[in-house]
Amino acid sequence: MMELSMSLLLPLTFLLPLAGTLILSLSNGRLGECASATVGVTSMGLAAIVTVLIALQYIAEPQAYGVTLWRWISVEDFQPSIGLALDGLSLTMLGIITGVGFLIHLFAAWYMQGEEGITRFYAYMNLFVFSMVLLVLGDNLLLLFFGWEGVGLCSYLLIGYYYEHSANGWAAFKAFIVTRTGDVFLAIGMFLLFFELGTLDIAEILRRAPEVWAEGDPTVELAALLMLGGAVGKSAQLPLHTWLADAMAGPTPVSALIHAATMVTAGVYLIARMNGIFLLAPDILELTGIIGALTLLMAGFAALAQTDIKRVLAYSTMSQIGYMFLALGAGAFDAAIFHLMTHAFFKALLFLSAGAVIVSCHHEQDMRRLGGLWRQLPLAYAGFIVGGSALAALPLVSAGFYSKDEILWQQLASGHGGLLLAGMVGAFLTSLYTVRLIILTFHGKPKSDNARNAEAGRGLVHGVPLIVLAVLSTFLGAWIDPPLENLLPAPAEGEESWHLVLELVAAGVAIAGIAVAAWLYLRRRGWLAKHTSMGWGAWLWTFWNHAWGIDELYDRVLVKPYRGLVRILRRDVIDGACNLFAKLAWLLHQGLSRTQTGKLRFYATSMVAGATLILLALALMP
Amino acid sequence: MEVAFYLSGLVAVLATLGVITNTNPVHALLYLIVSLIAVAIVFFALGAPFAGALEIIVYAGAIMVLFVFVVMMLNLGESVVAQEKAWLTPKAWLGPSVLAAVLLLTLIATLWLGDIGKVIQGDTLTAKEVGTTLFGPWLLIVELAAMLLLAALVTASHVGRVSPPEKPAMNQETGARKEHS
Amino acid sequence: MSGVPMEHGLVLAAMLFALGLAGLMFRRNMVFILMSLEIMLNSAGLAFIVGGTAWGQPEGQAMFLLVITLAAAEASVGLALLLQLNNRFKTLDTDAASRMRG
Repeated sequence: MMELSMSLLLPLTFLLPLAGTLILSLSNGRLGECASATVGVTSMGLAAIVTVLIALQYIAEPQAYGVTLWRWISVEDFQPSIGLALDGLSLTMLGIITGVGFLIHLFAAWYMQGEEGITRFYAYMNLFVFSMVLLVLGDNLLLLFFGWEGVGLCSYLLIGYYYEHSANGWAAFKAFIVTRTGDVFLAIGMFLLFFELGTLDIAEILRRAPEVWAEGDPTVELAALLMLGGAVGKSAQLPLHTWLADAMAGPTPVSALIHAATMVTAGVYLIARMNGIFLLAPDILELTGIIGALTLLMAGFAALAQTDIKRVLAYSTMSQIGYMFLALGAGAFDAAIFHLMTHAFFKALLFLSAGAVIVSCHHEQDMRRLGGLWRQLPLAYAGFIVGGSALAALPLVSAGFYSKDEILWQQLASGHGGLLLAGMVGAFLTSLYTVRLIILTFHGKPKSDNARNAEAGRGLVHGVPLIVLAVLSTFLGAWIDPPLENLLPAPAEGEESWHLVLELVAAGVAIAGIAVAAWLYLRRRGWLAKHTSMGWGAWLWTFWNHAWGIDELYDRVLVKPYRGLVRILRRDVIDGACNLFAKLAWLLHQGLSRTQTGKLRFYATSMVAGATLILLALALMP
Repeated sequence: MEVAFYLSGLVAVLATLGVITNTNPVHALLYLIVSLIAVAIVFFALGAPFAGALEIIVYAGAIMVLFVFVVMMLNLGESVVAQEKAWLTPKAWLGPSVLAAVLLLTLIATLWLGDIGKVIQGDTLTAKEVGTTLFGPWLLIVELAAMLLLAALVTASHVGRVSPPEKPAMNQETGARKEHS
Repeated sequence: MSGVPMEHGLVLAAMLFALGLAGLMFRRNMVFILMSLEIMLNSAGLAFIVGGTAWGQPEGQAMFLLVITLAAAEASVGLALLLQLNNRFKTLDTDAASRMRG
């Protein structure tokens, strides 16, 4: 009975969004704005309800559920199934995807009103949720990869949603190509695993891997490295992080759902899911932590020097995912997933609040032209305060504090002193840029007409998602305990007495960061402005504003040489030889088309000439 | 009978020459009717009175009347004659005529080389025999001919329709497009 | 002498056909083109009759009936097209309707 209803409920989680997509895309534009939003939000709401039912069942009877729907293909040993697997990890992800996804869909109904192509928007959003659910529920790597590519596609489509501006198209292009680089690594990693283990089933891989490989075996290290490559691309970590900041070209709900709460955390999910492989490859696990540390520092500094609200949030997303990688690197998979969950709450809240600000201020998202909004936009302000405090890990009251503290503690417990230090510096930076973001946006004097004439959003679809996410971003959200026991490998045990010390230090760092930023931006604004506009301060500002110049570096090292190569290869001798036939055909075509004069008499005469020739030939033949 | 054949054959050829060289459409039509009647007489002379009668009734009667009607409708006057004269330059007719002459010579040469050796005695083949053939073994072909006529009727009534001129310009434009496609 | 050699009948048909063909090729006025077509069809009918009578068979005349049917159909459609041509282009010049280019 239990099993039966689970086998019904699990497919529903992705079939409902798929139904939404199909209805919206087959409507062929006949649905109006309101109807489209209703379809899009309802399908998500139903999926969320189904998820709640699944969660209730899982809590009543915590065990791994599996549903095999059918097989893709069947070639001798290679029989990948379309199978769903539910355990604590997938359930956590599923809850985030459908729950936060539903709230964001709801908010989008407010955010997108009056925009072109709402139907298209919701069709893509639902398709995204469909792919993401498949990604987390798939019981084999092939289905996971399917979802992985599907979310990449939706990300591409939604970044380029405002396709009238070619810059958005290029941003979408960039995101697609950069993440695709990672995807290739993941695909090769999959091939390698299949080649070595003969299966793509995740549970089977994790069971068989320790039997086949010893710890530190080069093959398993390679496989883990390739998986890490895929995760790095999707989660926007160094060195494949450049796409995320540009991805902010999409509508803000998209940034909230795809580029903050769910899709970019897929890399974290992948590593947590494949933990057995990574545990066999300690070097790669170490590398994961180092990548996370580097990214969180790089993104933290870059976030300090951004002027666009959404870009600040984008860099903060990178740095928060850096924290998750840090946790993964220390083998603290549950801490990473816990931070993933709280991050989904508060980052979605921050993005939606930013969306509220942007729409209220007539699509002004440059912080230099905002300011003094806290009186006009109390709800968005509250969202920023709550979300910001969670992001800066304000002690005790915010969800972020608990999850980040866990990560830092695991660094200490597993003896990663350097990474712990990086995490601390990152925490300080986070506090700095968060406070800077809030002060520049909401305090001081309005610096443009758009900000002066801000109109607060109204209505339930605007308020409810913000309020719910705000509640989840406080310590209440940290009470949600992801059911990960006995599922992920236990992290290292540390000296408990140090834990309290670390907590105190981390809290001190966060508060110090907030205090310093508040002091700088409220009292010493002039001093800051002076020092960021001249000398090496200006240079540093530009350097960080361009995110350490990595984009330019890639442009020089990869794009330009490639373009040069293309230019050289364009004039190809062999091409010329091949084109000769084309030219010949074209010439013949020209000659023949000249005979198509459209004149009746000409046609009749040619026919008679032909007939006469044939007759003459017949008559004169011996 | 031979005399009738050769004489009316000569008349037919001359009248046909008149048709294709005349500049006045009405005169040309009259020449054409003369040509058709001459051919009808050839039929009679060869012993095919049913065909001859049909030639006069259907061709010279019905089809030619259709032509006359159309020519009347178009109200072709002196301007057409002048235009035809302008169009009938030697440059325009010489080439096609030579081509047609070559074709004719080829045909005649083939006929003469062929050595058929058949002579038409002029025995009358009555309408009764023709009818027996048509409604016996050829019945299917008669049905097909009927269908062809029906199709022609539909086509002619569709193609020949003139769209009403007093309509909003845009409607007429789209209507015309639809008709065309 | 009695009877007409079959060749003579066929030559007459060929001559009429060639005349019609020449007319078809060098006239630009659509009325004349249609008349030339009638001449050609008629000459084809004549050839059938000659064949039929030479062999003493009624099929020639039956075939002639079909040719006449064809000619009637052709004339009605052709004349409808002629009316459309005149209506659209205000001329009977077939070269005017050369937009389609094959």
